[in-house]
Amino acid sequence: MLMIALKMLIGDRAKYIALVAGIAFAALLITQQASIFAGFTRRAGSWIRGVNYPDIWVTDQTMEFSDDLKHMSDMKLHRVRGVQGVAWAVPMFKGIIQVRLPDGTQKTVRLLGLDDATLIGGPPEYVAGELKDLRQDAAVLVNQADLVKDLSLPRDPSGRKLGVGDRIVINDNQARIVGIYRSPKEFFWGSLIYTTYSRALAWAPKERNRLTYVLAKAAPGEDPTTVARRIEAQTGLLARTNAEFDRATIMWMINNTGILPNFGITIALGFVIGALVAGQTFYSFVLDNLRSFAVLKAMGLSNKRVLMMLVLQVVIVGSVGYGLGLGLASVVGYTMRDTEIAFFMPWVIPVFGAVGVLVCCMLAGVLGMIRVLRVEPAVVFKN
Amino acid sequence: MTLAEPQTTLAVRCNDVVKTYGSGNSKVTALRGVDLDVRTNELMMLVGPSGCGKTTLISVIAGILDQDSGECEVFNHNFKQMSAGEKTRYRGQTVGFVFQAFNLLPTLTAAENASIPLLINGMKRKEAVERAQATLSRVGLGDRGHSLPAQLSGGQQQRVAIARALIHGPKLIVCDEPTSALDATTGHKVMEILREVALGEDRALIIVTHDSRIFEFADRIAQMNDGQIVKVVDSHMELDKH
Repeated sequence: MLMIALKMLIGDRAKYIALVAGIAFAALLITQQASIFAGFTRRAGSWIRGVNYPDIWVTDQTMEFSDDLKHMSDMKLHRVRGVQGVAWAVPMFKGIIQVRLPDGTQKTVRLLGLDDATLIGGPPEYVAGELKDLRQDAAVLVNQADLVKDLSLPRDPSGRKLGVGDRIVINDNQARIVGIYRSPKEFFWGSLIYTTYSRALAWAPKERNRLTYVLAKAAPGEDPTTVARRIEAQTGLLARTNAEFDRATIMWMINNTGILPNFGITIALGFVIGALVAGQTFYSFVLDNLRSFAVLKAMGLSNKRVLMMLVLQVVIVGSVGYGLGLGLASVVGYTMRDTEIAFFMPWVIPVFGAVGVLVCCMLAGVLGMIRVLRVEPAVVFKN
Repeated sequence: MTLAEPQTTLAVRCNDVVKTYGSGNSKVTALRGVDLDVRTNELMMLVGPSGCGKTTLISVIAGILDQDSGECEVFNHNFKQMSAGEKTRYRGQTVGFVFQAFNLLPTLTAAENASIPLLINGMKRKEAVERAQATLSRVGLGDRGHSLPAQLSGGQQQRVAIARALIHGPKLIVCDEPTSALDATTGHKVMEILREVALGEDRALIIVTHDSRIFEFADRIAQMNDGQIVKVVDSHMELDKH
């Protein structure tokens, strides 16, 4: 009987295609929007994950996320270094600053100062130059992606891009580009220019406290989480492991930017539209085949087996539609991999999408199932 | 109409069957205490004007509609005493149906349509389709097993429906206007096939019809009017006498 169910379903091509298209559209919206949401959350913590050498990030206790720039006294660095279980600790500065480009364009950028001695926290990949070039006089590193965006030269008639050797002015201080790095895209806006800690302090506007982060490493054999809690207890600062800081930044983004409700609404719309389109079409398919189901019931097919036929039809439509929608979402994500669209599809999204589509299909099928179960086989004699 | 004959010779025995539809002001009594016996190896025709209760009566006899009161036994089995599951199972094994509008599944081939009762009764698909092909040969459609209903004429579709009604060897076949959608020649042919393959010592055939062209095939004819059997005659010639 299951083969008959399959033939009934596929034999009505127009309805079958409409059903599959409805489910595919729902699956596409659900998985694609969820993947873009996942991509944005991933970008929120991408800078933290890029700075992968230290284990612990120590900040002012009111600092909520990676770009919530609240500074501490330099003395805090020494207090962190004095905590048992800390192998080493280095300072890092991050602040907002004005830059003037060679063509006269003014930009607001994020300036990041790395510990002069170790340069810990520098970008991992380079297109030109290298990390140790920061030791040169007035040296800075710029992001390759920014050369065509925030650090482009719109007033330069030659249309050239900034490159190694170019000079820029940071808060009235001459700086020279010595390297170009490549990094994963970030959620937070503004170019990130790297220099040394001492130079960053010299260039940044004067403030009493200017230590943004203390990057610390747990001693061999020490658990970073335990050391972080010990730092908090002894210094009154906020100490988070890489994973904790990453998660805190993501959660801040989710809770404060409205990104979750925005994507949530789109995902919910996909779910509702998919359920409505598939539901309406499946119900129409059932109505068209109601007499056939009544004939089968009259000929001795039990309600249980009729239900199995309908469930099979829903499962087939759901599987094919979901496969198409997921495949389409993947293709869209792949073709947009080098654009600003954040697309990241961890395994949980196909699973979440499958559950969503399953619910869509069940909602779509349930009305039709009720109708078929209630139909009296005696209607077979009515013309 | 008599209950005097031994039960073993009766395929169907209806006694004082009442069936109403709706309630209150919209209540319609379709059967008003119907008594009817159908013998084995008999082709019984139910005739009468539209709305007289013929279709309701065969629905009750076939076990697809419950009567309000009265008794109706099919081969000594009383549907009223069966659970819904038992009734469905018994119907699947014992009753075959032929409909005026054929009611073939449009996306299945003729052989697949004919095989449905066997599939319902649990036979494997391949074996069922092979047997369906053989049954189609019995009704003269051996070469059309792979055709879809839309590719068949009305008469051919009705023959597929007959093959479907016969394939699982049901003891009782009920037909609702099997020839009214067919021309006289095709209708005649269909009736010949039905008589030839559907009757037997332990079987019976009930046909509801308005089509006087096929009355001659009946062993007996029960005339209904206003929810009651008004007379049962042995020949259609006797219908005309009254």
